[in-house]
Amino acid sequence: MRKYIGGKLGLFLLLKGLRMATLLFAICLISFLLIKNSPIDPIQAYIGADMLKVGPEQREKIAEYWGVDQPVMVQFLNWGSALLTGDLGTSMIFRRPVIDIIGERFLNSLALMISAWVLSGMIGFAMGVVAAMKKGTWIDRIIKWYCFTLASTPTFWMGLLILIVFAVWLKWFPFGMGVPAGVLAENVTMVDRINHLILPAITLSIVGVANVALHTRQKLIDVLASDYVLFARARGEQGFVLFWRHGLRNVALPAITLQFAAFSELFGGAVLTEQVFSYPGLGQATVEAGLRGDVPLLLGLVIFSTIFVFVGNLLADLSYRLLDPRMREGRRYDFKPQIKK
Amino acid sequence: MISSLKLKNKDNHKQLPSNRKKRTLFIILISIIFLVIVILGGVLIDEGRIVTNLNDRNAPPSLDHLFGTDWLGRDMFTRTLMGLSLSIGVGLIGAIGSASIALFLGMAAATMGKMADRLISWLIDLFLSVPHLVTLILIAFTLGGGFKGIVIGLALTHWPSLARVIRAEVMQVRSAEYVQVSQKMGKSQWWIALHHILPHIAPQLLIGFMLLFPHVILHEAAVTFLGLGLSPHEPAIGIILSESMKYLSSGMWWLAFFPGLCLLIIVRTFDQIGENIRLLIDPNRAQD
Repeated sequence: MRKYIGGKLGLFLLLKGLRMATLLFAICLISFLLIKNSPIDPIQAYIGADMLKVGPEQREKIAEYWGVDQPVMVQFLNWGSALLTGDLGTSMIFRRPVIDIIGERFLNSLALMISAWVLSGMIGFAMGVVAAMKKGTWIDRIIKWYCFTLASTPTFWMGLLILIVFAVWLKWFPFGMGVPAGVLAENVTMVDRINHLILPAITLSIVGVANVALHTRQKLIDVLASDYVLFARARGEQGFVLFWRHGLRNVALPAITLQFAAFSELFGGAVLTEQVFSYPGLGQATVEAGLRGDVPLLLGLVIFSTIFVFVGNLLADLSYRLLDPRMREGRRYDFKPQIKK
Repeated sequence: MISSLKLKNKDNHKQLPSNRKKRTLFIILISIIFLVIVILGGVLIDEGRIVTNLNDRNAPPSLDHLFGTDWLGRDMFTRTLMGLSLSIGVGLIGAIGSASIALFLGMAAATMGKMADRLISWLIDLFLSVPHLVTLILIAFTLGGGFKGIVIGLALTHWPSLARVIRAEVMQVRSAEYVQVSQKMGKSQWWIALHHILPHIAPQLLIGFMLLFPHVILHEAAVTFLGLGLSPHEPAIGIILSESMKYLSSGMWWLAFFPGLCLLIIVRTFDQIGENIRLLIDPNRAQD
């Protein structure tokens, strides 16, 4: 039995990997073609303000050096083969290899995203549980109203509000940036970094709560309507004990799965939050690359964000395969993570 | 006791529309009227109110300027109103585009055989595998930003989830008995699609469209806020908010607070309408 499961899991991973490979290839091709057709001339973007100092011969040299004068498919093959060896090219605005920038920025973003992810998951779960246990009361109605309103709240506006209240009025936290201004890189302490992390993380988690809370509420209401809960109630269990014994395990798993599947929204939220707080993460790099026409960096970020979302979805699939005993026994269990419209 | 209860019921009857259906319709009507007022306000309002007026710079909210004025003395209320109608317009075009793509691909996936189905499922996965915002940035970058870039980007990124819903619906109708009978009676594919399938999925399409709307508006504002969307000369909410960032540290909170709040209210209204229409026509949700 055990071996059979291992084989099944291996097959599952293999199929997922194949799917990922085709998707990734298509995304590389499409985004490459898209960017090639953009009106922004890479040489012009590279030269920038030095326009008057660079003559046509030098332009041709740059074009030749970069290979921009070759046919599109040749360019794509060149870029693709370099990509396979792990070389994403050199960023034009930072004048450093793209892979280094992504690595460095990702660490910053990861700190932000993980803290927001955990916070929003726990708060959302707790809110959903409370709402479902008190279904129909005023607290349920408040939580529901709050979640629906949050779903319509622009992330960046929430960031601005938090910035106004905590950084401008109360002056509890610094006004944006990843590290204090005017301090050398080696003098930045851990406390400084955490201080700059708190506001973006709070913004991101406040906005991320809604989905998990509503989903958990619905699931728990379903569970509470089941026969075994009716029986448990008949035996006199109620309140927290009832939830602990019968509810928790049934609703925790969908919540975890949903949280993993929301990596895409998390990334989108991070882009906006980082822009508001000038936090030096991946999202800010994406915006910079888009605004200033840094093609290699933009392509690298598109690919990276795809992998990031894919890992999230894979973890979602794996988590309920591994954690749910019903799945382990190989029984059919038709639950799919709910995808937000 | 009983007579007093009856009396209470009567009172309620007079004040509020009595049953759930009437109440839902009532909410929808109010929301639509509200939106129409906002749109008309944005279109008809006097452009003269946003001319530069250096005497009235940086004024906090007052009766004269409900939302205050900015650093050029422009009335924020007028700018917000114009921005909102612009947002609704862009959202409308984007949502219509997305819904048409979803309708077309959903129908195609369900009716044109296994290969088409697989291809379209793969396409849906493709679009869902990159974060929406990154796709939007990429498309806006490709088309050089501006109105065209943002509308095309919005239309191209919001269809996948609705396409899935439509595909499932069409699949379900196709296997229904009356469709089978129609087929046996020699009706053409087109006739069936037009007379059986389309009327059946129309409510789903309408609901999906209405629920798409808030997302489209929010994404439009987000991309514009990032500086890749509408040009800075347009009075868009995203522009207003990104401009306000420069002045936040000097304590001018009204520049960001009111426009964002208005955007939130508009988006919430659209969401309300969508949810209420769903309650009205979706039998599975009617008892919620």
